[in-house]
Amino acid sequence: MALLELNEVSIEYKLSNGKLKAVDNVSLNVENGDVVGLVGESGCGKSTLIKGIINLLPSNGKITNGEVIFEGEDLSKLEFEKMRKKRWKEISMITQSAMNSLNPVYRVGNQITEVILEHEKMSKHDAMEKAKELFDLVGLDRARLEDYPHQYSGGMKQRAIIAMSLALDPKLIIADEPTTALDVIVQSQILEKINALLEGYSGSMILVTHDISVVAQTCNKVAVMYGGRIIEYGDVKQVLKKPNHPYTMGLKNAFPSLTGEKKDLISIEGTPPDLSKKIDGCRFKDRCPFVLDKCKSGEMPFTRVESGYYYCARHDEIDHLRELADLSETWDV
Amino acid sequence: MKNVFKVFSKNKIGLIGLIIFVSFVLIAIFANFLAPYDPMEIQFLAEGGVARLQPPSLDHLLGTTYMGRDVLSQMIIGSRVAVLVGVISAVCVAFIGTNIGLIAGYFGGITERILMGIVDVMYGLPFLPFALILVSVLGPGVQNVILAIVLITWRNSSRVIRSQALSLKNRTFIEAAKLSGASDWRILYKHIAPNVIPISLIYVSTSMASAIMTESSISFLGLGDPMQVSWGRILFTCYSSQAMFKAPWWILPPGFAITLLVLSGYMMGRGFEEVANPKLKER
Amino acid sequence: MTERTKVIEAIDLHKEFMVKIKGDGKVREIKSLKAVDGINLHVCKGETLGIVGESGCGKTTTAKLFLGLHNATMGSILLGDKDISHLKGKELKNFRKHAQMIFQDPYESLNPRFKIKNTIMEPLEIHGIGKDKAERYEMAKQMLSEAGLKPPEEYMDRYPHEMSGGQKQRVAIARALVLNPDFLIADEPVSMLDVSIRASILKLLRKMITEKDLAGIIISHDISLIRYISDRTAVMYLGKIVEQGSTEELIEKRYHPYTKALLEAAPNPDPEVKFTLENIKGEAPNPVDIPKGCRFHPRCPECMEICKMITPQEYDMGNGHKVMCHLYGDKNE
Repeated sequence: MALLELNEVSIEYKLSNGKLKAVDNVSLNVENGDVVGLVGESGCGKSTLIKGIINLLPSNGKITNGEVIFEGEDLSKLEFEKMRKKRWKEISMITQSAMNSLNPVYRVGNQITEVILEHEKMSKHDAMEKAKELFDLVGLDRARLEDYPHQYSGGMKQRAIIAMSLALDPKLIIADEPTTALDVIVQSQILEKINALLEGYSGSMILVTHDISVVAQTCNKVAVMYGGRIIEYGDVKQVLKKPNHPYTMGLKNAFPSLTGEKKDLISIEGTPPDLSKKIDGCRFKDRCPFVLDKCKSGEMPFTRVESGYYYCARHDEIDHLRELADLSETWDV
Repeated sequence: MKNVFKVFSKNKIGLIGLIIFVSFVLIAIFANFLAPYDPMEIQFLAEGGVARLQPPSLDHLLGTTYMGRDVLSQMIIGSRVAVLVGVISAVCVAFIGTNIGLIAGYFGGITERILMGIVDVMYGLPFLPFALILVSVLGPGVQNVILAIVLITWRNSSRVIRSQALSLKNRTFIEAAKLSGASDWRILYKHIAPNVIPISLIYVSTSMASAIMTESSISFLGLGDPMQVSWGRILFTCYSSQAMFKAPWWILPPGFAITLLVLSGYMMGRGFEEVANPKLKER
Repeated sequence: MTERTKVIEAIDLHKEFMVKIKGDGKVREIKSLKAVDGINLHVCKGETLGIVGESGCGKTTTAKLFLGLHNATMGSILLGDKDISHLKGKELKNFRKHAQMIFQDPYESLNPRFKIKNTIMEPLEIHGIGKDKAERYEMAKQMLSEAGLKPPEEYMDRYPHEMSGGQKQRVAIARALVLNPDFLIADEPVSMLDVSIRASILKLLRKMITEKDLAGIIISHDISLIRYISDRTAVMYLGKIVEQGSTEELIEKRYHPYTKALLEAAPNPDPEVKFTLENIKGEAPNPVDIPKGCRFHPRCPECMEICKMITPQEYDMGNGHKVMCHLYGDKNE
């Protein structure tokens, strides 16, 4: 049984002038020990999806279809209080602005022990010991537990938050752009730390990011989201080396790399679809260089591959399209 | 400006406020045509004798005063003072307050310290006593009432506008304008001012409301111009004729009109608040 | 490499800020923050210089010094043979025609209450270019279409909030170039944009710099991105340029241990090339407390005794490649 199973999840927001289908029929499995990268551009629904998973949607958002099964239990039907107990302990979350969530008037150490004590029966002394171990793990000086958040730098705060989110050995960590606000070196240090820690007790993570380089370095699976749908999913090596969906092909070639020959970077012109309108045909049709008439209406065919799946109407010519997608002229408007 | 009307068309409270206000303005403009009688003219009964404290009738829709004057006509003519005082003081207050706030916030340094020092002093002055003293020194008259109101109330808006200018001047688009070679005055009046105008408009409408209140209070306390009919003055004459409990038709209309006009000011303020802060709209 | 004419040059440039160190709500101490601590840089006609470094390294302050938005504490900036580091009044206004900037956040850099045409026509109006409004309108239209917003008529009457991030950045580029400057600085021009459209904005900048023969500086924290857009690259650390040289050579040779660390920590979109981090420790210190000697020594894996005492000088490695590190000291002695 998978640790987390999303079955045909749809999430809608109610707006003053209609509805916005931010997540449309998404299915995804996260196994124990998986680190799944969820990539996509702003507004693709990735943040909504994870808020849906941990039941933190804003009041105008609602899961309208599907189930979110975590260890055999449907989280979307769980009462708020029960869900609260699961947070931190079984599922913990790290957000981009998490470093601002430290309370400025309490010492960082006290904030960490408080989280531990709320969920586990142990003495204050033991909780502090645990906090010290956690600080060692994330590469912070133990003495810093006595400091207040304002005495920390951005990177240190983010590490402290990671220590806190790992405090109860959660089975699943959901990290939403956890390092975007940080410098490259610190980002890499932190990502490496999280990976090593998860490996230690075979915990899982969903890493939400716009940066496929980060995914390439940290994840073993990747889900590419576009216009509210996971359009391609699979093993990270397969998806990034041999992408099957034209959007993934474009995204991959849009990323600068320090190694290999310096190919022209491509750019996918246009804007993502308006999710408040009903989408007919492929979500990517307006920006896809390979668009055909058959892409313009109906549901796109679901193609299963070895390690995952993708949706593309031209699934029988993917190898050819991939070659074309490597040429920057293909993407010129 | 187009946005302002767009917001008003969606914001019911603001729209109602606007309609009430515009109606009062129209009444004030056409007061001479609308008033059935001369407000100071003493009315006589058909059988002779002054029409003292007559309850509403077809001849006098809102009845008459102790001196036999027509209340409706007094109300209509009185609206002129209310609207005049309200509009002129509001415009002056907004003009002075906005400019001082902009200049203090944008230039900072010694300019700011001096201007804000003056504001602090103004905050130390109690509003109504200051107005009363000023009017009794300068003599009764609409212009002195307006002066008193303006001198005091500009302090409120300048504080807020200053903090707005302070945060706007650090925005990137201001830096970009500087890089284009724009002078300080150009930045101040072409880039910053349009972004604070919605907030100034909140102050225009609320200071209009408070100006009308103040004018009424001053007249009610007997310091109004005795030659001018105003709503506060109607209240004052009613009170001094000891007819307050005998003639509700006399005392209620000015009270009601003052409340309504003041309310319209605050309602329009609500509308402008949404222009200034579009986030409120989503609520 | 042919000798090209220098357009703008910084000589021993310093910028110091006085910062208040607060403790318990009171000002405890006033310290000097050396944001830019003696840098030498130049950019030639038609050339793009990349400046790369972590947040707080002084790269944005450098940009503002070049543009006359800050006054230098010491040193000079030469535009042609004129020192522009302390201009005032009319001379400053005149200088504005020569130097322009693209900001990081296109959502912030356009006045929300200005129509696009007014934003682009404003600089022309300020400097009295074009004989009347109609001519300025034509110039703005022309510029907009050069910046890739076609047909320009469609965009002239829009407000910024009616455009996407990429389109806004194109407007910002049009506004900067409508004055025909000699010199253009772009500060993280794409970091706020979606990955899928970054390349097109970078290509546009690149094209404008070469076609219009401008001197360009592009600032970024992302060295892999710098690789694609700059001819020469300068690596900045705590107010100093620790290494500069032609981009390809700098990436290949990576003399300075900090450059090495930056390159190694940069995540790569290829899942088979993993980053290595053994090399570097901790985070950059607070710029009010710059370490003695070489400012990088506390994090440096190759730190020697001399590094803790003496600030290294700049050593020429040939081909205009310069590095500030004691490791290369004996080469020149």
